Amino acid sequence: MAVGKVTFSKAEREKLAEVLWLLNWISVVTGVILFSLGLFLKVEIQKWAEVMSEHGTFYVPHMLITTGLAACCINYLGGQICLDCADTNKFLRWKLVMMPYIVCTFFFTSCVLAGALMCYSIRSQLEESLFLGLRNAMRYYKDTDTPGRCYLKRTVDMLQIQFQCCGNTGYRDWFQIQWISSRYLDMTNSAVVDRLRSNVEGKYLMDGVPFSCCSTFSPRPCIQQHLNNRTAHLHYDQQSQQQNLWRRGCRQALLDHYTGIMESIGLTVLLIWLFELLVLTGVRYLQTAMENVLLLGDPDLESYGWILENSLAEMARSNFNIIKNLGKCYQVDDDPNINVPTAAAEREVPSQQVQVPVTS
Amino acid sequence: MALMLVKFDLKKRVKLAQSVWFMYWFAVLAGVLVFSMGLFFKIELRKRSELMDNNESHFLPNLLILMGLIACGINAFGGKVCYDSLDPTKFAKWKPMLKSFLVFCVVFNALLFVTALLCFLMRIPLQFTLAEGLRNGMKYYKDTDTPGRCYMKRTLDLMQMEFRCCGNDNYRDWFEIQWVSNRYLDFSAKEVKDRIGSNVDGQYLMDGVPFSCCNPSSPRPCIQLQMTNNSAHYSYDHYTEELNVWKRGCRDALLSYYGGMMNTIGALVILVIMLEIAVTVGMQYVNSSLSTLANPEDPESESEGWILEKTVKETFTDIMDKMKAMGKGGKVEEGGEAAVATVS
Repeated sequence: MAVGKVTFSKAEREKLAEVLWLLNWISVVTGVILFSLGLFLKVEIQKWAEVMSEHGTFYVPHMLITTGLAACCINYLGGQICLDCADTNKFLRWKLVMMPYIVCTFFFTSCVLAGALMCYSIRSQLEESLFLGLRNAMRYYKDTDTPGRCYLKRTVDMLQIQFQCCGNTGYRDWFQIQWISSRYLDMTNSAVVDRLRSNVEGKYLMDGVPFSCCSTFSPRPCIQQHLNNRTAHLHYDQQSQQQNLWRRGCRQALLDHYTGIMESIGLTVLLIWLFELLVLTGVRYLQTAMENVLLLGDPDLESYGWILENSLAEMARSNFNIIKNLGKCYQVDDDPNINVPTAAAEREVPSQQVQVPVTS
Repeated sequence: MALMLVKFDLKKRVKLAQSVWFMYWFAVLAGVLVFSMGLFFKIELRKRSELMDNNESHFLPNLLILMGLIACGINAFGGKVCYDSLDPTKFAKWKPMLKSFLVFCVVFNALLFVTALLCFLMRIPLQFTLAEGLRNGMKYYKDTDTPGRCYMKRTLDLMQMEFRCCGNDNYRDWFEIQWVSNRYLDFSAKEVKDRIGSNVDGQYLMDGVPFSCCNPSSPRPCIQLQMTNNSAHYSYDHYTEELNVWKRGCRDALLSYYGGMMNTIGALVILVIMLEIAVTVGMQYVNSSLSTLANPEDPESESEGWILEKTVKETFTDIMDKMKAMGKGGKVEEGGEAAVATVS
């Protein structure tokens, strides 16, 4: 019982071949789209790679890039094959390649699906990476004289300005780290020394934030220092506090930004996957139809095309039998034409040898 | 003696018509390009009209938009005429219009040249508009409670961050105006009263700048207040401090931004002019080659094509004579015919 059995006349086969040729070329274009989506994602992640702690997030864009390139090659080959398939003579050239090609394309299509699913599942890994990366970036904010970290201040400032965020979870994260370098602290000043001493680790902590946390929506000039001290500023009421600095944390801002990008990319890749599956089904039908026509001998006859020759259960059973028989090749066979040395034949030889010396 | 005389047979005529038709389609795209450049420029001016005191002249972008539309129209018409020129019957209906169409094309090219010139010259009035607008913008920075000016603070902050500039000429412009609103000044504090008193206009002036002037590339946290007081900050010398705030003035920054945009647009308009000249010359050849068929009934006969029927000098005197004749024709008609006869 074949799966998805359809009859094809000669004209229908030729039409199918033409349509598949066109679809394969469209698939080449979608392969280019896939490649460029991967490239775009890579560039976007690269932009803020300094505030991400690990580079595990590069799997997704690399996967998309390789699948895009593979799509172009596979579908170009598919286009060539389908162009030739309209004619039975040219099909003979490709006959042996067709089955491996279809199996390859099937695996490739599942890679595309895996790529799409990865886009959706990357969120938790990204959150962890951003949490650690931002924490380190804020810790090294003051180290503008240390090679390898001297641009972190600029990166964090640009990040906070562009994404309109402050700190990791909120602006209070800046209160817990020393973001002013000791180079710019007057150690002879008693206030500074007091602050350093009031702290177990000897860090200069203060209730102030860098200028990049300032909100452009605030009606009053930005208040960056003494944020916890209500009396230090005139009319520093609840509303002033709300509008003064950016309220969102940078982790949330970046997460939303990347999740948005990846969701759109994931949706596009899913659509491309469905299209590829459609093309694969068409090619399978064309292959089976052409093979059956060759079996019938006359290229003008109608032939059957199917997805699977037997039902799924039968195919599984036959595959299982093949695997079982692979293991059996060294055991006893019931075929009488094969001369298999048995234990009985071995016993016969020594008894004859014993008889010979007695008679002579 | 015609100018640039070329002999044509049927094959050459067909090739000429086809290539001119092709060029006309490029010219239509060029017209669309000019239109979109005008639109883009208009939008950019609108975006920052607050900084130009709502006083900026939209003459140039409007002119570009108009020129783009006319170019599209002319070139589409020219393309259609070229396409029909291969068929003598269809061409016959366009023939009477062609001469005036070509004159119109020449006039249009001259106007395009004027537009390109304007693109390069517009920089000068823009400079004055920007200087005035920025000065006022900074004056109204603190008026976030006045309707009509409440977004000036945000606009200025965003502009200073985007264009990496501070103040009008440089950051010291902020020292000369009061950018902190009185609502947030504690008038009972001695320091505030001293500052306001030390000043003729009673303004709270200070040697500080808003946060948007801060340069993120600075190795130390931004010093915005008491900028000229070296002792207020540890290890700080305001004469040698380069990276603390943006050094550039916003007028310079905006001028170079808009100036660059206008230079690019001017250069592209000049390229479009060259394309238009080419298609006009091509159309003139098509027109002249189809009007001078040796045997009007036989489409395969030879013909000649030229840019001008007579030399430049003779054409010029002809035009002057015609204009004089038109001028005299408006006068009293009694001696009019005799006058026309003597002139021609």
